[in-house]
Amino acid sequence: MALDDRKSDFTFIGTRPDRPDGLDKVTGRAKFGADAVAPGMLFGAIVRSPHAHARIVKIDTSKAEAMKGVKAVVTRADFATGLTGEFWNVQENVMAGDTALYDGHAVAAVAANSALDARDAAKLIEIEYEVLPHVTDVDKAMEADAPVIRDGTADGSVPEGMHPNVVRYHESGHGDVAAGFAAADLVIEDSFKTEATHQGYIEPHACLASLGADGKGELWCTTQGHWYAQKHCAALLGIETSQLRVTASEIGGGFGGKTTVFIEPVALALSRKANRPVKMVMSRSEVLRATGPTSSTSMDVKIGMTKDGTITAAEGVFRLQGGAFPGAPMEFTAMCAFAPYALENVRQVGYDVIANRPKQAAYRAPGSPMAAFAVESVIDLLCQQLDLDPVEVRLKNASKKGTKASYGPRFDDIGLVECLEAARDHPHYSAQLEQGQGRGISCGFWFNHGGETSVSLALSEDGTVQVSVGTPDIGGSRASMALMASETLGIPYENIRVTIADTATLGYNDVSHGSRVTYASGLATIKAAQAAIAEMCKRAAAKWGIPEDAVKWEDGCAVPSGPNAGDFEPLAMADITADMGATGGPISGHFEATPEGAGVSFGVHIVDAQVDPETGKTSIPRYTVIQDAGKAIHPAYVEGQFQGGAAQGIGWALNEEYVYGEDGRLQNAVFLDYRIPVASDLPMIDTVIVEVPNPGHPYGVRGVGETGIVPPLAAIANAVSRAAGVRMFELPMSPPRILAALKADG
Amino acid sequence: MTKIHVTTTVNGDETEFLCDPRETLLDVLRDRLNLTGAKEGCGTGDCGACSVTMEGRLVCSCLVLGAEAEGKDIATVEGIADGDTLHPLQRKFIEHAALQCGICTPGILVAAKSLLEKNPDPSETEVRYWLAGNLCRCTGYDKIIRAVMDAATEMREAS
Repeated sequence: MALDDRKSDFTFIGTRPDRPDGLDKVTGRAKFGADAVAPGMLFGAIVRSPHAHARIVKIDTSKAEAMKGVKAVVTRADFATGLTGEFWNVQENVMAGDTALYDGHAVAAVAANSALDARDAAKLIEIEYEVLPHVTDVDKAMEADAPVIRDGTADGSVPEGMHPNVVRYHESGHGDVAAGFAAADLVIEDSFKTEATHQGYIEPHACLASLGADGKGELWCTTQGHWYAQKHCAALLGIETSQLRVTASEIGGGFGGKTTVFIEPVALALSRKANRPVKMVMSRSEVLRATGPTSSTSMDVKIGMTKDGTITAAEGVFRLQGGAFPGAPMEFTAMCAFAPYALENVRQVGYDVIANRPKQAAYRAPGSPMAAFAVESVIDLLCQQLDLDPVEVRLKNASKKGTKASYGPRFDDIGLVECLEAARDHPHYSAQLEQGQGRGISCGFWFNHGGETSVSLALSEDGTVQVSVGTPDIGGSRASMALMASETLGIPYENIRVTIADTATLGYNDVSHGSRVTYASGLATIKAAQAAIAEMCKRAAAKWGIPEDAVKWEDGCAVPSGPNAGDFEPLAMADITADMGATGGPISGHFEATPEGAGVSFGVHIVDAQVDPETGKTSIPRYTVIQDAGKAIHPAYVEGQFQGGAAQGIGWALNEEYVYGEDGRLQNAVFLDYRIPVASDLPMIDTVIVEVPNPGHPYGVRGVGETGIVPPLAAIANAVSRAAGVRMFELPMSPPRILAALKADG
Repeated sequence: MTKIHVTTTVNGDETEFLCDPRETLLDVLRDRLNLTGAKEGCGTGDCGACSVTMEGRLVCSCLVLGAEAEGKDIATVEGIADGDTLHPLQRKFIEHAALQCGICTPGILVAAKSLLEKNPDPSETEVRYWLAGNLCRCTGYDKIIRAVMDAATEMREAS
């Protein structure tokens, strides 16, 4: 059986069947995080710091504990001690220790008979604070006189003489940038800033936890990774990992923000203390104050170019503020920054800076969109000043197979040139612009990820199939798994049911992140199906009395091949499964490994912007996303990823931002003030799916989820800058910023 | 706090419940009547995930008190399908892949149904402005708008 040959002619893959969870989701019966109940359930509420930075002097819980209906109050004293590394950081974030590190930091929690009682009881917990000096801006946090937030956090990578708030450092590149700049006809260097944004999933964090004094527990939660939740909750509570069974609910959006834990360990601690199940649901304001956001950034980018558009050297310095904890993805920012371009001389530097803000969490291609904003803006300035076409310049310098990437390795098959050619040839790129409009383009890059993956596939007697995967379905992945299983097995899509298994019924799975699900769980599903096929061929061989390798699998049937071809009637899958009990027992296939051929991803966006010089308001009349999907399994959901990434990028570019006051408190912690794009803000978003197969996947799949948010910031900035006639160096390009830039420009 | 006794109609069924005066209609639907189709995304009337109709008018159930449901006719996402027959909007949402995570879908379906009852032939702009109170973070709205327009066409042709 030539199972390892890459398939290219497909029967089911590339079609657009209804998603298996569609009916549940249009009728309201799908169960999300907050939709679960348990007998005897209590409701939890959290008390949060109103200060950006304060020592916790005293917590008095007596009044809350005395309130009728209150069953448990917990503080940091109710969690495990002696944790180190990331466990300790997560614990510090989930429940403050000696010091509240940001506005919204959890300090205590209470469980009561009703949600209203819990909220009332939370107000009775009295906390005495000693307010400390704070800093929330990335540049100010690096200045010599900035308050030290967590001394001793810096690791060995940080050069001597840096402020203690600089906690990690990255440097990479190759060639001789000084010589490269000397060879340029034009060198442009500029500085850029971006504000923090939130993932903005519509479903707040929610969980239902049950933990007993015997150390055995159950947790239901909305998460991108229930094994991650299991491991971290167990560590924070001081129980054994395997004794906590975690089930992932339907997830109402994550975009990276649900790759960690917040309320889950707290609900478990309350449950253990009260000996009752505890449900916790965050308010939107808690979501904005205490979860998510991205890093804010401050960046300097310098690029040299010859008159014909060849980039001779590129250099970038990227400072990322990631809240009061190490982990801002500055190395991703640095490594992604120049990845679209084949450069002989390139150098990138990253700083991870802590400040009095919530712990940053991943958001779709974490760190990459900001880098693209800075780099692609400078390339656009070079194109304007050298009077060059922006797509042609990018084509001239584009990375291709064999290029030594700016971050080190050599690229295998990649689709950037194909994306740029599709952009050049797209009618959008040559369409006439109206008065007051500008057009911008940008490339975008993301690594994509494999990660630890387990899949189990079991055959039923009637020849249908159940697939258990461990990666929560955040955008239709059950449909793509079923398509890949049906393609491999040669049976209809409808005969396959895909379930997201809980932590007790499947081996370990890494989080649904890094655009890894369709790639890694898909590869695992294919391999598991191939294992089941091998067993079915074995059963057919035994029945026919011929060698196993003389049986091949074709269109859902075992078929005699080679010298035995035509000797026996093909055996359909349902014929083999019907008597599998008598021919050797149940048939299933499984896969446990860490796939490492994720295949990097590139995209190109074209956007038209219209700027109203009176109000500074920008509208987006036209938008086109072009991206390499490797192979689109379910094209409608690939388009959906492209469109969703673009829409989030539009919000980030034009409007969304964390606004902190002088007091270090978040000023816009509701959706009215943290305004994400609504339907009337956006145009239809056109999509072009480019398919340059990924050599690391049996069907050529590349992850598509994240790259779509990388180009929009820069593409829109380039369009707005051309429309307004003034370059924008800071995001978001909200009306006041555009008016200020127009005024400064005279 | 003394609870209030409320008699109301939900999806055509006469319903009674007791609620705290501070509970919202959304709290009552989800926690007392087990109708968890309406979602709480913000609790401040900004996201539309809790959309229901009261006396035929589209409202955010998080901004209505449970006690205000007295004597009123409430309709939720659970009442949109007719037995095993999906409403055209529900079918078109599945067909057009107009949902990714699906958390906003119940609210958007309730809102879109309310639009098509008032305006069976909306323009794209009218659909976009009507749904401007329903946040979706996954889709960029493109496929949602197409699904609503397509359902409207089918419903006009069928009537």
